[in-house]
Amino acid sequence: MPWRSFISGTGSSGVSRVNDITTGMNRNTKDIIIQSLTGVSVLLILFVIVAMLIITFIGGWKNLTWEFLTEFPKEGMTKGGIFPAIVGTALMTLIMTVAAVPFGAITAIYLAEYAAEKSILAKTIRFAVKTLAVVPSIIFGLFGLGFFIKFIGLHMDNMFYKGELHWGQPNILWASLTMALLTLPIVIVSVEESIRTVPKEVREASLALGATKWQTIRRVVLPGSITGILTGTILAISRGAGEVAPILFTGAAYYLADLPRNLSDQFMSLGYHIYIMSTQSTNVDETLPIQFATTLVLLLLTFSLSMVAVILRYRIRKKAR
Amino acid sequence: MAFVKKNNKRNKADTPAQTTEFASSILKKQFRFDDWIAERVIKTVAFMSITFVALIFIFVFRETLPIFKDSSQITESFSARPQGNEESLKPEVYNPGNSESETELRPETYGVEISDLKPNEEKEHPLSAATGHENSRALSTLLSKDWQPVSDRPRYGILPLFFGTLKVTFISILFAAPIAILAAIYTALFAPRNIREFIKPAVELLAGFPSVVIGFFALMVMASFFQDLFGYSSRLNGFVGGIAMSLAAIPVIYTLTEDALTAVPRTFIEASLGLGASLRQTAFLVVLPTATPGIFAAVLLGIGRVFGETMIALMATGNAALTTINPFDSVRTLSATIGAEMAEVVFGDTHYSVLFLIGSLLFIFTFALNALAEFYFRNRLIRRFQGK
Repeated sequence: MPWRSFISGTGSSGVSRVNDITTGMNRNTKDIIIQSLTGVSVLLILFVIVAMLIITFIGGWKNLTWEFLTEFPKEGMTKGGIFPAIVGTALMTLIMTVAAVPFGAITAIYLAEYAAEKSILAKTIRFAVKTLAVVPSIIFGLFGLGFFIKFIGLHMDNMFYKGELHWGQPNILWASLTMALLTLPIVIVSVEESIRTVPKEVREASLALGATKWQTIRRVVLPGSITGILTGTILAISRGAGEVAPILFTGAAYYLADLPRNLSDQFMSLGYHIYIMSTQSTNVDETLPIQFATTLVLLLLTFSLSMVAVILRYRIRKKAR
Repeated sequence: MAFVKKNNKRNKADTPAQTTEFASSILKKQFRFDDWIAERVIKTVAFMSITFVALIFIFVFRETLPIFKDSSQITESFSARPQGNEESLKPEVYNPGNSESETELRPETYGVEISDLKPNEEKEHPLSAATGHENSRALSTLLSKDWQPVSDRPRYGILPLFFGTLKVTFISILFAAPIAILAAIYTALFAPRNIREFIKPAVELLAGFPSVVIGFFALMVMASFFQDLFGYSSRLNGFVGGIAMSLAAIPVIYTLTEDALTAVPRTFIEASLGLGASLRQTAFLVVLPTATPGIFAAVLLGIGRVFGETMIALMATGNAALTTINPFDSVRTLSATIGAEMAEVVFGDTHYSVLFLIGSLLFIFTFALNALAEFYFRNRLIRRFQGK
């Protein structure tokens, strides 16, 4: 039975033939049954992942042409491509990255370098970051609406445009900033993890040569943890590109004839496009190939990004060991 | 050389004593400026994440305030009416018949029966007066069993939404928790090293699936599949939604459980194996009980993830606010309600405020779950590891 040693690893092979008192079953048999049960759950999860990938692939592959990627939707969105949705998603994640990554990286530097482990401020910040990570994404949408659009946006309009509606409505800037808030914890966690892998000795060497703390962080610690910052950025992009709930009412649009040119324009997004096409459009069945192809594009995008991030993180962890 | 010594102390490192005065004076200058500024800036930015959480709370709650404000005004007017303070009720000053309608309104405030009163009231009141009453009415219907925000007599009963959310959460955790925990046990304890290093990233990839993709998958593939399998009538229902959401919860529960299991001190495992227990016995009788608080925390966070999940709920649960036990009936969750209706409401009216109220409830709930997982269970886990 070669698979038995595969499942049980080491350990159980030495002890054998002791009957389990509770069931009277041979202990080895029970071990094998329960251990295979745990193995089966892993296989189940892997199966679902592979099944989702394959089904989306089969459904969308035929439609995934160059024209589909570079054309505007046509004829009431029943034909044509998804070009504006791709551009919209790219622009939104770009602005989001610009906002979230420096912010997250600096917070991570504070947590890893400056904060004492037991200081109350650091503990509160950690808790706040964890809270940001678990708050449902729809709440970020509500926050974006209540804070960015209705508070900051309307006040900006009152100040600069004499009450004319300009910033006080959904647009790509508010959507990106909302999304930046959502992805902030992701950046913080992965940057902090990688900062902590920079060996203590390197830091001490730098300090011993007369460098100040800030010089050490800028010239030694940050270059050493550039992979972590990259990983955080990629994970944030992957998450931000796929999330729909926060942008539902902060800037995503159903259909636009133009690409967004201003920060105060609305935008189309891949995820929102999928949601709208599969639930709200009048002819769901007719556009099924487009939906599958759009899903495939989004899935390939997020999947390849997370794949890169996973590999990078694996390297960081290997280095840390 | 006094400042060189000072420098030493601050850096906690040995600057060579022979550093020339020239060099150290340069260092000192840079040290004072760069370092001070950098530390201030970094600290301020880090502090901002606390501010963000506070801002989220304040601004989500701020938009719900109109409901409470207007209704409290009216309740006050009930108690204070004998003294005759019509001035406090601004909109109603213009209406001579208002004291009449207020008496009629009284039962509404306590949410008993509404049906016959409103047509009168709508005739009597000018439009401008409607908001305050509508808000009080909204508050009174909040605990009713109907969610009918868009109708002549809107009713904002959030109980069916709450029930629907709980039902979907229950179904999805019922599937997600056992699978994720068993998979984590396999990964942490039974799997050979090379397989473990393949499984962990693979499950993390599942976490990278956008929820709209999972929702789409549930809508297009799983719904038909389960309908063929069980033969129920409504294609989209709580069961399909629950299964789809378990896909979102599994990575959360799995990762945190795996962390808790691998954090169990190696000595515990070695002691158990050394006493002659099998690996399975060690896993289920030693490691699992030790890590229980961590696993509880993992499941709690999984519940939080499902509770607030919007896109899957919107796409796969059918979105009809039914309060039946049958898992194959369609449900409407709190978050899906916000997602579906927020785009269509008029900014600032009652429906808008009620949606924000639902948002505040969601926020408070997930915040409490996170706090519980973080402080209570984490502390217990650490104490167990220390053998107390």
